[in-house]
Amino acid sequence: MARAITPRETVLPRYHDPAAVRHRQWRRLKDLVTEKCVALGGISVIIAIVLIFFYLIYVVVPLFKPATMERVADYPAPGNAASDTLHIAIEEQNEIGLSITSDARAVFFRTKDGSVIQEVPLSIARDAFISAISAGDLAHAAIALGLSNGRLILLRHVYDISHPNDIRVITPRLEYPLGDKPIPIDATGRSLMTLAAQSNDEETTVVALTGDRRLVIVNFALEGSLLEDKVSVERGISELPVPATAVTRIALNMDQRELYLASGDGFISYYDITNKSAPRLIQRIKAVPDGTDITVLRFLSGGISLLVGDSRGTVTQWFPVRDENNNYTLQRIRTFTALEAPITGITPEYYRKGFAAIDQKGRVAIYHTTAERTLRVEQAAADPLIRVALSPRANGMLLVDAEDKYQFWHIRNPHPEVSWNALWGKVWYESRTEPEYIWQSSSASNTFEPKFSLTPLTFGTVKAAFYAMLFAIPLAILGAIYTAYFMAPRMRAAVKPTIEIMEALPTVILGFLAGLWLAPIVESHLPGIFCLLLLLPVSIVTAAFLWSRLPADIRHGVPDGWEAALLIPVVCLTGVVAIAISQPIESLFFNGNMPQWLNDRLGISYDQRNSLVVGFAMGFAVIPNIFSISEDAIFGVPKHLTIGSLALGATPWQTVVGVVLLTASPGIFSAVMIGLGRAVGETMIVLMATGNTPVIDFNIFAGFRALSANIAVEMPETEVNSTHYRILFLAALVLFIVTFMFNTIAEIVRQRLRAKYSSL
Amino acid sequence: MREWIRSGSPWVWLNAGAVSVCLVMVLGLLLLIAVRGLGHFWPSNIVQLHHLEEDGSAERLIGEFVDHEKIPREGVAGLSESLPSKAHLIDRYLLKIGNRDLFGRDFRWIVGPSILNSEYPKHLTAVERHEWGNLYGYLIALKERGEVIHSDQPNWDVLQERLARKQGLFKEIRHLEKDVVGAINYRMERLRLKERGLELDGVLDRAAYRNIEVERTDLQGEYDQLTKRLADLYDAIGRDGAVFEIADGREVEIPISKIVRVYQPNRMDPLEKLRFYGVKLWEFVSDEPREANTEGGILPAIFGTALMVMIMSVFVTPFGVVAAVYLREYAKQGPLTRLIRIAVNNLAGVPSVVYGVFGLGFFVYVLGGSIDQLFFREALPGPTFGTPGLMWASLTLAILTVPVVIVATEEGLSRIPRAIREGSLALGATKAETLWRTVLPMTAPAMMTGLILAVARAAGEVAPLMLVGVVKLAPSLAMDGNFPYLHLDRKFMHLGFHIYDVGFQSPNVEAARPLVYATALLLVLLIIVLNLAAIHIRNRLREKYNAAE
Repeated sequence: MARAITPRETVLPRYHDPAAVRHRQWRRLKDLVTEKCVALGGISVIIAIVLIFFYLIYVVVPLFKPATMERVADYPAPGNAASDTLHIAIEEQNEIGLSITSDARAVFFRTKDGSVIQEVPLSIARDAFISAISAGDLAHAAIALGLSNGRLILLRHVYDISHPNDIRVITPRLEYPLGDKPIPIDATGRSLMTLAAQSNDEETTVVALTGDRRLVIVNFALEGSLLEDKVSVERGISELPVPATAVTRIALNMDQRELYLASGDGFISYYDITNKSAPRLIQRIKAVPDGTDITVLRFLSGGISLLVGDSRGTVTQWFPVRDENNNYTLQRIRTFTALEAPITGITPEYYRKGFAAIDQKGRVAIYHTTAERTLRVEQAAADPLIRVALSPRANGMLLVDAEDKYQFWHIRNPHPEVSWNALWGKVWYESRTEPEYIWQSSSASNTFEPKFSLTPLTFGTVKAAFYAMLFAIPLAILGAIYTAYFMAPRMRAAVKPTIEIMEALPTVILGFLAGLWLAPIVESHLPGIFCLLLLLPVSIVTAAFLWSRLPADIRHGVPDGWEAALLIPVVCLTGVVAIAISQPIESLFFNGNMPQWLNDRLGISYDQRNSLVVGFAMGFAVIPNIFSISEDAIFGVPKHLTIGSLALGATPWQTVVGVVLLTASPGIFSAVMIGLGRAVGETMIVLMATGNTPVIDFNIFAGFRALSANIAVEMPETEVNSTHYRILFLAALVLFIVTFMFNTIAEIVRQRLRAKYSSL
Repeated sequence: MREWIRSGSPWVWLNAGAVSVCLVMVLGLLLLIAVRGLGHFWPSNIVQLHHLEEDGSAERLIGEFVDHEKIPREGVAGLSESLPSKAHLIDRYLLKIGNRDLFGRDFRWIVGPSILNSEYPKHLTAVERHEWGNLYGYLIALKERGEVIHSDQPNWDVLQERLARKQGLFKEIRHLEKDVVGAINYRMERLRLKERGLELDGVLDRAAYRNIEVERTDLQGEYDQLTKRLADLYDAIGRDGAVFEIADGREVEIPISKIVRVYQPNRMDPLEKLRFYGVKLWEFVSDEPREANTEGGILPAIFGTALMVMIMSVFVTPFGVVAAVYLREYAKQGPLTRLIRIAVNNLAGVPSVVYGVFGLGFFVYVLGGSIDQLFFREALPGPTFGTPGLMWASLTLAILTVPVVIVATEEGLSRIPRAIREGSLALGATKAETLWRTVLPMTAPAMMTGLILAVARAAGEVAPLMLVGVVKLAPSLAMDGNFPYLHLDRKFMHLGFHIYDVGFQSPNVEAARPLVYATALLLVLLIIVLNLAAIHIRNRLREKYNAAE
C-alpha cells in the first residue's frame, strides 16, 4: 500500500530555499537568454535572406540616376585677359586646361584655379589674325587655326606623364604635324572664314571657306617612316563648287571621306570626298524648319553621327543609313530639346556616345544619344556660354561665357547609356539600317558601342519556358491525375519517390545530356521525334483498347491501378518503332535529311542545339515540380465529394473531370506557376542545350540566349560597377522578381485551396 | 467500342500513359548515364582492319570501335559506287585510332562497306600515356639509354618490370614536386608577404628583415637540394624506352616515363578484364585529371565538392534551425509571420544564378574586398578573399539552401503533438528547457532531412558556383599540409562544373565524353543516395508522429 508522502520527506527543496531560488533564477535567465538569442538569430537569418533583394536593387539603382555636376572653380581667363577665348580643352586627369586665344597664344593652365603653366605664342605673321578654328576628332587632339592671310597652323596638344618620386607630373606641350610655320591653304591669300580639319598619322585634310566664298579642300599625305622622323608632306588641292546659299558650317568626318556643309537656309549638303579631287554630292536635305538657323555642326565620338544644333535650342542626331541598294542617305535619328535658347556649342564625349551642349541663356545640358537621355540641365552662367570642353573621361568640364569667365565643373555621369528605351525598346544604332533589339556587350574593336537590349534575352527566356511548359504541362498534369486518383497505393509508393528523384537531378546533367546526347539524336532522327509525339497517344489508346478485349481472367490478373506499369513496355516499344521508322520517312519525304530539307524548302534554318531540345530537357526538369504539387492538390480533394459523385452514377472519369479537377484546379494552377518559375530561372540547361545567340526568332529549330545563361556567361568577365555589371544585376533582379511573383501567386492560391478543403 | 469510349477508359489510360512516359524517361536517363559511364572503363578489344580509302588504296587501321550508326547511303559523301554493298542503309563506325600526336586526330568515322577485313590479333597493345591519349600498336623492342635491350625474357614481361620501376620513381617525383616543393613555395610566399607587411607597418628594425632573409636563404638551400634530387630522379625515369609499330607501319619510340600503363585487351580473359576494370574505376575516383581533364581521375572535383558542401553545412544547419525555431516557437503568429513564411518558401524557388550574382557582388567584392583591406594589406593589389573562392562559394550555397532547412525543420516542429510540449511545460519546465530537452531532439530527424536535401541541392548546383569560385583546374587542393591547412580563399573544382567544362569547353569533346558520363553517374548516384536517405528519414518520422497522435 502506498505511503502518503509528508512534506518533510519531499525530494524537492523547499520553495524559498536560497539554492532553489538561485536555481529558479538561473533557469529563468537561461530561458530569457535563449529567447533573445533565438529571436536575434532568426531575425538576422531572415534579414540576410531579404538582403539579397535589397542588394540587387542597390547595385541596379545607379543605372537610372541622372548625372550630377558641381562647379569646382571659376576664374577670369588665364593669362592676359585682353583677348577672347577661341577654343578650350582639358587633358585626361582634369588637371590641365588649354585655351587658344584670339591674340594667337596657346595657354596651358591649371583647371582648379586658372593659374598659367605655360604660354606658347603661335608664330603667325604680324598683320594676320586667327579667323577660324576647328577641332579634329578627339583621339588625335588636333586643332586647326585658319588665319586671315589664307594660311593655317595645325597643332596637337600632348601631355607627357612622369612619376618622379612617385608623384604624378603632367607636362603639356604642343606638336605641329605640318610644321610650326603657317602653311598656305588658299593660294590667293584670302582669309579663311570657316574651317574643318582632320588629321591622323597618315593624312590631314582641311576644308575651308575663303573670304571670297570659295570652298577649298586641301589634303596632305604624310609619307616616310616615322622611325626616321622624316616626314615629307604632299599636297592635293581642289575646289568645291559652292552651293547657291552661303555655307555657314563645315564638318569633316574622322576618316576624311565624308563632308557635311550647313547653309544659311537650313539645308545640309552631304558630300563623299573619298576622292579629294572629285567631291561627289550625295544628298541635300533640309535639317531645320524655316526660320531656324543651324548654329553648330559637330561629330559624335566615332565620327559617324552628326550633331546639329540650331537656333531653337534643339540638337538633332543624324547619320547616313544604308538602303537595299547600298546607297547611303543622311537621316535624322533623334532629337534633343532640353535647351531653349540658340545652341552655341556642342562637345562630344571621348569614349561614349554622349555629348554636352551650351546655349545663349547660359545653360549647359548633358545628353546621351543612343539612350535618348537628357542627363542634366544646369544654369551655369547669367551670360551666354560660348565655349565648352569635356575631359576624355567625361568627368570634368570647362565652360567659358561671353564675358570670358571660365568655370570648371566636376561631372559624375557613370551610366548615361542606360534608359528604359535602351534596355527594352528598339534602338537605332549607328551603321544599322533600322532600329533593332540587340544584345552585344563586348567586342574586340575599340570604337565599339556596347548594345544592351534585354529584349532578345527576355525573349529567349520566355521561348525556353514556353516550349518547356508545352512539353511538361500535359505529361505532368495527366500523370498527376492518374497517380492521385487511379493508381494503386503500392505503385504510388514507388512512383512518388521516383518523381522526387527526378526533381533532384542536377540540371547540369540534364543540360549535358540535352546538348551532347539528345541534340545529335534529334537532328538525325527529326521525323522520328515528331512521329513519337504523334504515335505515343495513339499507341497507348490502342493498347488500352486491345487490353479491354482480352479475356476477363487475364485482365483480372492485373489489379486496378496498375495500368501505368502495363503501359511501360508499350511506351518503350513505341519509342523504338518511332526511331526505327525515322530513316525511311526521312528518305521517302525529306530527301534523306530533314533539317536540310527544312532549310531548302521552307527556309527554316536548323541549329543543332535548338528550342525543341531545350523544350524536352527543361520540360523534363519542370515535370516533377508540376507533378508533385498538382498531385497533392488532387489527392487532397475530400473523399466524400468523389464518393458522392460516383454514387450518383457518374463514371470515374466523369467524376475526375466534373468534380476532382474542378475542385483542385487552383492547386493545378499554382503547380503550373511554380513550374513556370523554375523554367524561367533555369540556367544550366539553357546554357548547355542552346547555341546562346541572342536573336529574336520564333522558329522552334533556332537557338536563343536566355537571361539566366547570359548572366552565367558574362558575369565573371565584367568589370565591377561598370554599366555592363549593373545591367547583369538588373537581369538578375528581373529574374528574381518574376520568379518570386510566380511563386507567391502560387503559394497564395495554394493556401486558399487548403482552407477551402478543410471547410468542405 | 463506343461504350468503351464513353466510359472514359481511354482517358484514364492516357493519364496512365503520361505516368509511364515519365517513368520511362527517368529510368531511361539513369540507365543511359549508368551504361555510358560505366562502360568506359571496360577494356574493349582492339581491332586491326584494312580499310578502302577514297583513292582506292587499302590502309591498315588499328583502334577500338566506340560508336555505330546506320545512315542512308546519300548521307555519305564520296562513297564510291564500286563498293560491294548496294544496301540502302549502311553501317558507319566510329573508330578510336588513338596516336593523336602522330595522326593528328584520334577518332575516325569509317563506313561498313569499305572495311575489307578485320581481325583481333592477340599482341595488339594499348598504351595509356600521360600525354596525347592512347597509342595502339605492336611492341617490338625495348631500349635502355637508346640501346636496344636483348633479354631472354619476353619483351612484354620486361616492359611490365620497367613500368613498375617507373611507377615507383614517378610517385616519388610527384610527391617531391607537389608536396615538398609546393610547401617550400608556400613558405616563400608567406615570407614575402611578411616582409611586405613589415614595410607597410613602417617597421625599420633591420633585425626583423634579417630574420626573414635568413629563413629565405634556408628555404632556398632546401629548394636547391630538392632540384638536384629531382634532376637525378628525372634522369633515372628517362632511362627506358619502348618501340611500337603503329598502324601505318612506322616504328615509334615512347619513353617509358610517359607511359601510364600498357595492356593487351585481346589477350585478356574476362576475369582479367574485370580486374583491369576495377583498377581503372579506382583510378577514376582516386587520381588527378590529366590532359585538360579528359583523362585520369576526378579526385580534386570530388574533394572540392565534398569540402564545399561540408563548409556549407556548418553555416546552414545552425542558422536554418534557429530561424525555423524562431518562426515556429517564438515569433508571434500573425500576418507578418505568415508573410515571412511565404517569402522563405518562395526563396527556394528563386533561380540559383541570382544567388550567384548576389554572392559575387556582395560576398566577393564587398565583404571580400573589405577583408582584404583590413587583414591582407600586404598581399594587395593581389586579392586574397576579394576574389571568388571556397569560402564565398560555401556561403552563397548556404544562403541558397537555408530555406530548404528552414522549411524542413518547421515542418518537423509543426508535427510534434501539442500534448508533448504541454506535458513538458506542465511539469514545470521553462520554454527553453522544453525546446532543448523535448522538442529539438524529436525534430532532429526533420533537421537531418532538411540538411540532406540542402546538401543534395548544393552538390548539384553549378550556375552560382561558376560565379563565386569554381575553376576547371585548381592548381592545389583547398586542404593540404601547409598551415592553416584549410585554405578558404582558394578556388576549387566541382563535379557539376567539371561536367559542364569537360563536356562543353574541352578541345577534344569526343575523347572527353565517356569521362563526362562517368562523372555524371557519380554525381547522380550521390544525389540519389542523399535524396533516398532524406525520403526514408522523412517517411519514418511521419509514421512515428502519426502513431504518437
